[in-house]
Amino acid sequence: MTTLTDPPKEHFRLSMLLYDTRYRSATIQVVALMGFMLLAAWLLSNTIQNLEALGKPVEFGFFSEPASYDINQRLLEYDSRDSHLRAAFIGLLNTLVVAVLGCITATIVGVLVGVLRLSSNWLVAKIMTVYVEMFRNVPVLLWIVFAMAILIESLPAPRAFRGENPTATMDLFNTVAVTNRGVYIPEALFSRSLGDIHFFGESAMRFDVSLDLIAIIIVLAGSIFAMRKVTAWANKTQEQTGDRPKIWHILLGLIFVPMLILLVALGFHLGYPELKGFNFTGGTHLRNSLIALWLALSLYTAAFIAEIVRGGILAISHGQTEAAAALGLRQGRIMRLVILPQALRVIIPPMISNYLNLTKNSSLAIAVGYMDITGTLGGITMNQTGRELECVLLLMLVYLAISLSISAVMNWYNERVKLVER
Amino acid sequence: MKKTIFVGAATVVTLAAGAAMAGTADDVKARGKLNCGVTTGLAGFAAPDANGEWKGFDVSMCRAVAAAVLGDPNAVEFVPTTGKTRFTALASGEIDLLARNTTWTFSRDVDLKFEFIGVNYYDGQGFMVPKELGVSSAKELDGATVCIQTGTTTELNLADFFRTNNISYEPVPIETNAEAQQQYLAGACDVYTTDASGLAATRASFEDPSAHILLPEIISKEPLGPLVRHGDHEWGDVARWTLNALISAEELGVTSANINDIASSTENPEIKRLLGTEGTLGEMLGLDAEWAQRAIAAGGNYGEIFAKNIGEDTPIGLARGLNAQWTDGGLLYSPPFR
Amino acid sequence: MSNQSFVRTEMLPEQAPPGSTVGVLGWLRENLFSTWINSILTVVCVVFVYYVLSNILSWTFLSVWNANSLTECREIMMATWGTTHGHACWAVINERWQQMLFGFYPPELYWRPILALVLLLVALSPILYAEKVSSKLLYLTAAYPFLLVWLMWGGSIWGPLMAAAGFGIGYLAYRFLLPIAGGLTALIAAFLLPVLWWLFLAGPVAGAINSIIPIGIASVESREFGGYMLALLLGVVAIGCSLPLGIVLALGRQSDLLIVKYLCVGFIEFIRGVPLITLLFVASLLLNLFLPPGTNFDIILRVMIMMTLFSAAYMAEVIRGGLAALPRGQYEGADSLGLNYWQAQRLIIMPQALKISIPGIVSTFIGIFKDTTLVSIIGLFDVIGLSSAIRADTAWNGIYWELFAFIGFLFFVVCFGMSRYSMYLERKLQTGHR
Repeated sequence: MTTLTDPPKEHFRLSMLLYDTRYRSATIQVVALMGFMLLAAWLLSNTIQNLEALGKPVEFGFFSEPASYDINQRLLEYDSRDSHLRAAFIGLLNTLVVAVLGCITATIVGVLVGVLRLSSNWLVAKIMTVYVEMFRNVPVLLWIVFAMAILIESLPAPRAFRGENPTATMDLFNTVAVTNRGVYIPEALFSRSLGDIHFFGESAMRFDVSLDLIAIIIVLAGSIFAMRKVTAWANKTQEQTGDRPKIWHILLGLIFVPMLILLVALGFHLGYPELKGFNFTGGTHLRNSLIALWLALSLYTAAFIAEIVRGGILAISHGQTEAAAALGLRQGRIMRLVILPQALRVIIPPMISNYLNLTKNSSLAIAVGYMDITGTLGGITMNQTGRELECVLLLMLVYLAISLSISAVMNWYNERVKLVER
Repeated sequence: MKKTIFVGAATVVTLAAGAAMAGTADDVKARGKLNCGVTTGLAGFAAPDANGEWKGFDVSMCRAVAAAVLGDPNAVEFVPTTGKTRFTALASGEIDLLARNTTWTFSRDVDLKFEFIGVNYYDGQGFMVPKELGVSSAKELDGATVCIQTGTTTELNLADFFRTNNISYEPVPIETNAEAQQQYLAGACDVYTTDASGLAATRASFEDPSAHILLPEIISKEPLGPLVRHGDHEWGDVARWTLNALISAEELGVTSANINDIASSTENPEIKRLLGTEGTLGEMLGLDAEWAQRAIAAGGNYGEIFAKNIGEDTPIGLARGLNAQWTDGGLLYSPPFR
Repeated sequence: MSNQSFVRTEMLPEQAPPGSTVGVLGWLRENLFSTWINSILTVVCVVFVYYVLSNILSWTFLSVWNANSLTECREIMMATWGTTHGHACWAVINERWQQMLFGFYPPELYWRPILALVLLLVALSPILYAEKVSSKLLYLTAAYPFLLVWLMWGGSIWGPLMAAAGFGIGYLAYRFLLPIAGGLTALIAAFLLPVLWWLFLAGPVAGAINSIIPIGIASVESREFGGYMLALLLGVVAIGCSLPLGIVLALGRQSDLLIVKYLCVGFIEFIRGVPLITLLFVASLLLNLFLPPGTNFDIILRVMIMMTLFSAAYMAEVIRGGLAALPRGQYEGADSLGLNYWQAQRLIIMPQALKISIPGIVSTFIGIFKDTTLVSIIGLFDVIGLSSAIRADTAWNGIYWELFAFIGFLFFVVCFGMSRYSMYLERKLQTGHR
């Protein structure tokens, strides 16, 4: 029997840091870290010295000073006496608005076009191909500018609605005005409003939430909860007795009656746009810049999404369709129950990066004068205060935060629909 | 240890750089080219033509300085700058002189650490409206949609004006003059506001200029001038007195056409000092005696430059107005060459 | 009666298919009018296409080609058609197309960017069409970066040559030190010597040789670059420089070394998380602040640096995809042959991974190429920047659609061509791997 002896204990030599694979990886990492820190220190010390030479120390005090400029597109109240920070916040909300609207529209259009590209109708398929190729191969900046120009040139000015024989009229029974300054749609008004609750007092992030809206959401949620209960009861009864009780009238009542009561109690009515003075007043004003940006971004991104969707559908082997057909499923159900759930897994990861691209491309809003965060914080504020370093760094951080949140949410969703592999 | 060496080395570089920054005039001479910041394109003030040659009112200022310092009006590198990049370009030393219709304001002079060397165009913010709107004063613009060019002081003036007069408006911020023009013509905004010179130039390019009027209100003072970095007084002096030489030349009747005759024949001592046939003004600036002669010969005196680029005979069609010599009731007033 | 039973001994001739299923009619029926929904769709589409085409075609072709200003254009239109609307004024393109293509590059030197472009295609051909082109051309590919710099910026040939010599020095150092001092020392020397050469010796040596044997062409400042050429140059430089950077980042991201991995992930995610426009703001406003005081290099170089960093992050992701797509067996095979990490990467992994990544690289290039239009926002004269400069000219003030149509056309042609190539390649690669 042989006895295992400990190998002779090696003394640590310096050269082992390089030649011994056990230590080498540590050495490389330490060197990399030191290199990185040296680089960072070098950049930092350069910056400090340069700023000193310019006489511009890094400070964020200017954020609390009045911005002194107006923003037309705003979700929250804001005027030119508000601070630069408030202006940046308004801009951030504008970025989020166009990003969310754009992502939704791009998905809808993209899926539609992607499916239509596979259409058996030759003309439809070809038109969709032309659309996809045109949008994918021309820079998005050009499309944004184009969309704006088309809106401005082809729609009537508010002036055209005026006079004895106006050359333009309002649409949809005089409720919607489509002009080259934007679209005016009716707004919801409450004559017995519950008022607002204010958040964050007087700070730059302050915002109001309408109690009416909260009430509507609560009632809606309650209705849906009750409807689910009723449906569950109906299912249970069906399982026990074999007869399904008639519930559609209960369901309808559950969703409409409480809502109607609430709306009447709040004095709900619509405010219609009306031509007064230079502009339409009343109603909600969707500005041209928003529409152009939204349209261009979503059509541009939709072209990419269409290709992803088409690729996803083609990636599902034909056997799946045939098997589903053999089970007796109809065409629509094959798509909904068999093809799409599988295609979704292929589609979602590239979709995430398209959503991210859309959000990042929304920074081109300055081309059409939409005041997003690049237009406020990275535009006028930076221009007026001359604090480039602070503004650009903050701008990058904001975008980084938005991007990381989007990818976090989408990755979570991706995890959920992912095929559980064994 | 390593860090200190590093910082030490960096300091040496700083000192060298600091010394270099102080002598812009010497840098320019050593380089043989003047780096001049201009707009990316504003009709009449600076725009490249089909051959890539820059032309315009601001461009002439650059050429005059280049002629004075380097003896060649074409020894200029034009660096197009936007409203955002112009100050950084100047502060970082990328350009030696910024001639980009920039308004002289307190904060730019003091806080951003620049030195305005004078005013080469007195402007003010005005409004243009279509005649059919029937508006005769800016105070009647309650509720109007106003197109503004961003990146300038315009949006601040506008906010202040409407606020003090307690009337509401809808601002439409726009990047370039060309787009603003398009929106205004299509009726996407009722009013277009920018510097009065820009309004006049824009109006002149319309198919039917008479259908648009400029409102009488001028809501701001916009003294536009070239600027240099703070702290480099020699270079500031060169630029300042080149501008003054152009203005004085007009006052004294020296033009690019007659400058050679006058230089040899004049008996007027001030002209002699200006043109360097008497006195040592050039030497005091660190230049040779004929510096001003070259600057004037490059594009003519102030009046000639004005008339050639933006004057009434050009498509821009601006009247001299405030920019006439003080002797003609304007504000141009060059200190004496003495 | 003889046997009258009838037995057919030959086939009946085939009948022609019904008229409604063949020819134009059949094709129409099958592809356009198969169901009533399809029929409605077809009619709607036909009306739509007719409406769009009739407007666009008449605008494009009933147009003015020769005029000196927009006003003159309008006069001609009034005289010819009696209206100024619905007709293009291509005269602006006619006058300015050279500027829109080349920016302010000296007209007598236009052959240089054109030659650079042609050489680029030749240099790329051994990679893009590997099976049809002699692999000797790879030498041109290796020399191309230096050629590009020399052709575009001009000046003495010795500068780029000396820069190239750095790589030669590195190679020689490795070759000679390997038997003497062992692999690691040789590697470090091969890395350090070229760096020292570039930092301290290359400049003076190039200067010295140039004073003895001056060979050179007229130099062009990067400030004079512009137009469509700038977009192409920015795209090519960004992709070219980001390829090695992207490979390093991708390997770093896949590496087992935690710190290296997180540094790479941090860099990639940061760059991918911010819009390009903010990076361009950094290039135009801040980059000088980050460098030692007094350093000042021109804006086009700064933009190239930021674009390179930007595309490196995307490139890293593309290459990571290529690495992930390689079957596990390739790594194991390399290990079983006893190759070390770098040998395995160089000989086995990278050649395959890069080949798989080419379609991805091409689409990254298309993306970067389209994104170069953003430089107009920071005041560079690319095509879009130039179009606003042209509109600032009093002669063309007010012109709009023609310029954008032309720009759109330029981008479409190049991007469409590249995307077609990338699709062809994907098909080719697919057959190889399935």
